[in-house]
Amino acid sequence: MKPASFSYHKPGSVSAALALLAQFGEEGKIIAGGQSLVPSMNFRLARPETLIDINHIAEIQGVSDQGDHLEIGAVTRHATFHHPVSPCPLGRMLTKVVANIAHYPIRQRGTFGGSLSHADPASEWCLVAVTMGAEMEIHGPAGARRVPAAQFFRGTFTTAVGRDELLARIRLPKLPEGWGTGFYEFSRRKGDFALAMALAALKVEGGTIRAARLGLGAVGAHPQRLEALEAELTGQPATPQTFAAIGARAQTMVTPSGDIHGSAEYRRELAATVIARALTRAAEDAA
Amino acid sequence: MSWIGRTLPRLEDPALLRGLGRYFADLARGAQAVKFVRSPMAAGVITGIDLPDPEDIRGHIFLARDLEAGGVRPVQAVLDRPDYRRVPHPALAGARVVFTGQAVAMVVAETEALAEDLAEQVFVDIEPEDPVISIGDALAEDARPVHPETPGNVMVEGAMRTPGVDQAFTDAACVVELNLRSQRQTAMPMEGRGGVADYDAASGRVTLYASVQMPHMLRTGLADALAIDEGLLRVVAPDVGGGFGSKMALFPEYVALVWACFRLKRKLAWIEDRRENFLAGSHSRDQIFSVKGAFSAEGRLLAIDGDLRSNVGAYSCYPVTCGVEPLMAFAELPGPYDFAHYGVRSRGITSNTAMMAPYRGVARPMLTLTMEQLMDRAGAKLGIDPVEMRRRNLVTKFPHTSPTGLVFDEASYLEAMEAAVKIADYPAFRARQAEARAGGRYLGIGLAVFSERTGYGTPAFAARKMAIVPGYESVDCEMGPSGQVTLRIGASPHGQGLKTALAQLVADRIGIAPDQIRVIAGDTDATPYGWGSFASRSMVIAGGASQFAADKVADKLRRIAGQLMEVPPETITLGDGLAMAAGTNRSLPIGDLARAIHSQSHRFPEMEPGIRTQGFYDPPGTFSNAAHICEVEVDTQTGGVRIDRFLVVEDAGLLINPMIVDGQIAGGVAQGIANALYEELIYDEYGTLLTSSLADYLPPTCAEIPPIEIHHMETLSPETVTGAKGVGEGGTIGAPAAVVSAIMDALAPFGVEINTIPATPDRIRAALREAKGPAR
Amino acid sequence: MNEKLDITLTVNGRSHALGVEPRRNLADALRDDLGLTGTHVGCEHGVCGACTVLMDGRPVRSCLTFACQAEGAAIETVEGLADGDRLHPLQQKFWELHGLQCGFCTPGMLMLAAGALRENPDMDDEEIREVMSSNLCRCTGYQNILRAVRAAADVMRAEGAQG
Repeated sequence: MKPASFSYHKPGSVSAALALLAQFGEEGKIIAGGQSLVPSMNFRLARPETLIDINHIAEIQGVSDQGDHLEIGAVTRHATFHHPVSPCPLGRMLTKVVANIAHYPIRQRGTFGGSLSHADPASEWCLVAVTMGAEMEIHGPAGARRVPAAQFFRGTFTTAVGRDELLARIRLPKLPEGWGTGFYEFSRRKGDFALAMALAALKVEGGTIRAARLGLGAVGAHPQRLEALEAELTGQPATPQTFAAIGARAQTMVTPSGDIHGSAEYRRELAATVIARALTRAAEDAA
Repeated sequence: MSWIGRTLPRLEDPALLRGLGRYFADLARGAQAVKFVRSPMAAGVITGIDLPDPEDIRGHIFLARDLEAGGVRPVQAVLDRPDYRRVPHPALAGARVVFTGQAVAMVVAETEALAEDLAEQVFVDIEPEDPVISIGDALAEDARPVHPETPGNVMVEGAMRTPGVDQAFTDAACVVELNLRSQRQTAMPMEGRGGVADYDAASGRVTLYASVQMPHMLRTGLADALAIDEGLLRVVAPDVGGGFGSKMALFPEYVALVWACFRLKRKLAWIEDRRENFLAGSHSRDQIFSVKGAFSAEGRLLAIDGDLRSNVGAYSCYPVTCGVEPLMAFAELPGPYDFAHYGVRSRGITSNTAMMAPYRGVARPMLTLTMEQLMDRAGAKLGIDPVEMRRRNLVTKFPHTSPTGLVFDEASYLEAMEAAVKIADYPAFRARQAEARAGGRYLGIGLAVFSERTGYGTPAFAARKMAIVPGYESVDCEMGPSGQVTLRIGASPHGQGLKTALAQLVADRIGIAPDQIRVIAGDTDATPYGWGSFASRSMVIAGGASQFAADKVADKLRRIAGQLMEVPPETITLGDGLAMAAGTNRSLPIGDLARAIHSQSHRFPEMEPGIRTQGFYDPPGTFSNAAHICEVEVDTQTGGVRIDRFLVVEDAGLLINPMIVDGQIAGGVAQGIANALYEELIYDEYGTLLTSSLADYLPPTCAEIPPIEIHHMETLSPETVTGAKGVGEGGTIGAPAAVVSAIMDALAPFGVEINTIPATPDRIRAALREAKGPAR
Repeated sequence: MNEKLDITLTVNGRSHALGVEPRRNLADALRDDLGLTGTHVGCEHGVCGACTVLMDGRPVRSCLTFACQAEGAAIETVEGLADGDRLHPLQQKFWELHGLQCGFCTPGMLMLAAGALRENPDMDDEEIREVMSSNLCRCTGYQNILRAVRAAADVMRAEGAQG
């Protein structure tokens, strides 16, 4: 299980990386943390001829608080979020989510931007980006452009990032104080890919939901934000009955496919369960 | 002061902890790399193999025809039974492929990466045949025979029917019918298979360092397959990264590797990767047991009528054969239960899947699940508590002869269960369970009581009609002039801590400390012929042989001491490094005795110089036993199962090193939990393995395995010279039954039956959907 | 493309110059180029953890990192864990509490725990379990590994407190 041969480049800036992408075209492949790419190379399922290693580009590392949003450099490691990067509800939420991403050593290398670019349907960060309405800063030959998460994910392992482009930064809108967040993931073992997961954020006043965010992941080609259900939640009492009903509604809105870890029917049921549980946790957090 | 019974830290560990272990791949520096080109199809005729242009080959490519031209013979596993179908197993497939992953070509190159590059350029043209994958496929009326030699696809069959079976079912107050299935699993040792073959020009010999459990057998089998003088081969099992039975077999890759080493006269290394280990290492389980039990109104088991099917894969593993699963299932199904009427047919069924080889527990996890489910389900029908059901049926008089003629030595089936039940505190659990159910949470408790046949000697294996009958062990014991002992054993431990345990055992017999005893294992040049480590045998058999050898050493030390101190030898006692003359205050250091018999041997004209002894042991076999109790919580919405408590009351006879025994039990239970809940090899209908990575095959992590609480009983059996019984497999044997029993107890309000392991969340949800009980 | 890169690896405080193909992973470079065979290779896809080493103090899978990527980083392997003849507290407790059987996963387990304890010397039992679930062991059933990490953490904290 040794990868096919490749050449290796280590640019020091985004522009140098873009130049290499332009030079190598289809043969060039960006490597960030490599925690998904390298296994696939070791199995020789991926066989890039050129690796462009962006780990040493300082300008796309780390998290900064930009007032109404967090700006996350693409090669920020998952482990950065082990402790809240911001005292706001969003920062706390990222810390809850990160504990579910693979395992501790993988989180030391894997990166936020790498996860989004890889676009695994079961990626926790992809679910966060979609649910929270992130904005992606993509650099290419024509300069930088910004793409909202809703238009970023195109399908399983497919995004809006072109072959000659690089995802540089991600902007995550902060949640105002008073919001509660909840994440729930079900996987076969600790650290496994989720069979289903949901992320919820609720603003609850006097037991009534005033505003909601809800996303579902690992069920379907890419995570989806369930805006129709967000609207249905608004104005409802924050009770187990409400959450169970919303879960049941979600079940009718998804068309998962089955695999060896769970049938389509199982995954559809699980979607309802994880949604209800994420909402329950968000309500508890809000309280 | 006795060393036996003490928790002594293992002598093996300091090197392993410092990264100074020597596993075979650590010896590969300077070797050329070997890779195998494997069949992408489950079944077909090879119509051609396209190779790169010779000038483009930086290395070597060998095909079946090259090995045939070199006189290599297929491996043949033989059972001398009329129902056994013998199928030759070629080192490389030449004419046909019979499972996905079968080796078709061998590639040699400078590095592993380059060998993989070269292997990618070998294209095998295969005319596909109908793949026969499942037991159902293989037994279908129009099924294609997997091999010309196996019409009907049955490779081996055992059957018996006592005259009273039908009458017992007629008379029964209650009949329980089970159709239980274990999916296919694999031992998945952390280290895969592989070997480094090193050619020595001076002697013309090849040394194979390999990750194996049976080095002596491997040498014999390789010499047979290569048609060479066995003396030209040395096989060494260095540190081995786990085996669990999966490294017992003579795999065809070893034949090809050693052949190529003789041919190229170069050091070669084949380091199996994880994908190969899943595809072409040994598999296990994959059984369907259809069993009916007849019970009296009082819950007494009267008779069993069963049809046991085991998918044994494409080939019969050498040397133990494909009989290992079906014939053990046939012989040992009755377990620790006392009943008379037995009508069972057990078949080993061939298919276009990877070969089955032994895996920790062999047949018994499944037969224990079967017997325990019979007890639970009959109890439920008859309104008798599951514990009471077992009380009424367990064997309590010894020796006991089973319906299949096995003789059970002294054990503590009932006592172990009663102890476990008491510790588990059923009444308290039932109260917690009721309270939880009221809140919509489902807790369950499950029980498994079983026997573990260990220390199989030659009579047990000969009964299976194996052409190669393992069973005995030999030990050479030598005390050098400084008083240190070297114990050379035929057994081949690979993580069990046997060296430490044997040192403790021998230390007590000779009167020196364990750290004065060096145990040498796993090297055919340095150890007497023996069978290796498998089947929970090493402590019983190598232990017995070591004890005999050590007693002869002690005897000679007493004679030397007697002469030097001028007292009768029988008055000498050995201990704390001294030979002491009873009734006097005189003693001599044992080291002085050893020095005298080596350096002053002329003073002992009645004795041979030096101190070298041998021990042999070939026991009839003995039964360990245990009771497992498991508590679970089932999440009825996700189908997830969490184990809250796992309790073991084990009776493995005399404990030599309790820490090591507990380690064996805990590790075994973890694998049993894996069998029950997580692990599953899945082929699709074309015979493509869908689970060839650790993203899809799911061994549990420490987050899934609960603390395992272990208690001991020590029934000393006259059937083992040391008093120790085997303990390597029991954890794995009992755990699946206990876990399944607990899940069914948790889901009793829904009337759910668990009939397939692993009981995955998907399967549990499917069962809940179909069940009548309360809605979710 | 099979050309080799000249790189320098700093392992256990010593630097080594070596030529590697870009595709050579760190585990193979440690084992085959530097002879540090204590780092084991169990799955080559980042799941089993037998190849775990420390890179700048953090545990990483050396099968998922190319050697050329490790240039400039401080690598630590199991061979560097003991202080001469004195075992590291983790090694000592794994020994005393029977945290290993076949020993194949052990170097990865030790390095995982060593790195995690460096980040958080005060891990509670649940945190230890979460971290140690990163690596597979097939022999022990894990409990003794968790006990050993707990005990070693206590020893290390006490030693740290003493100075």
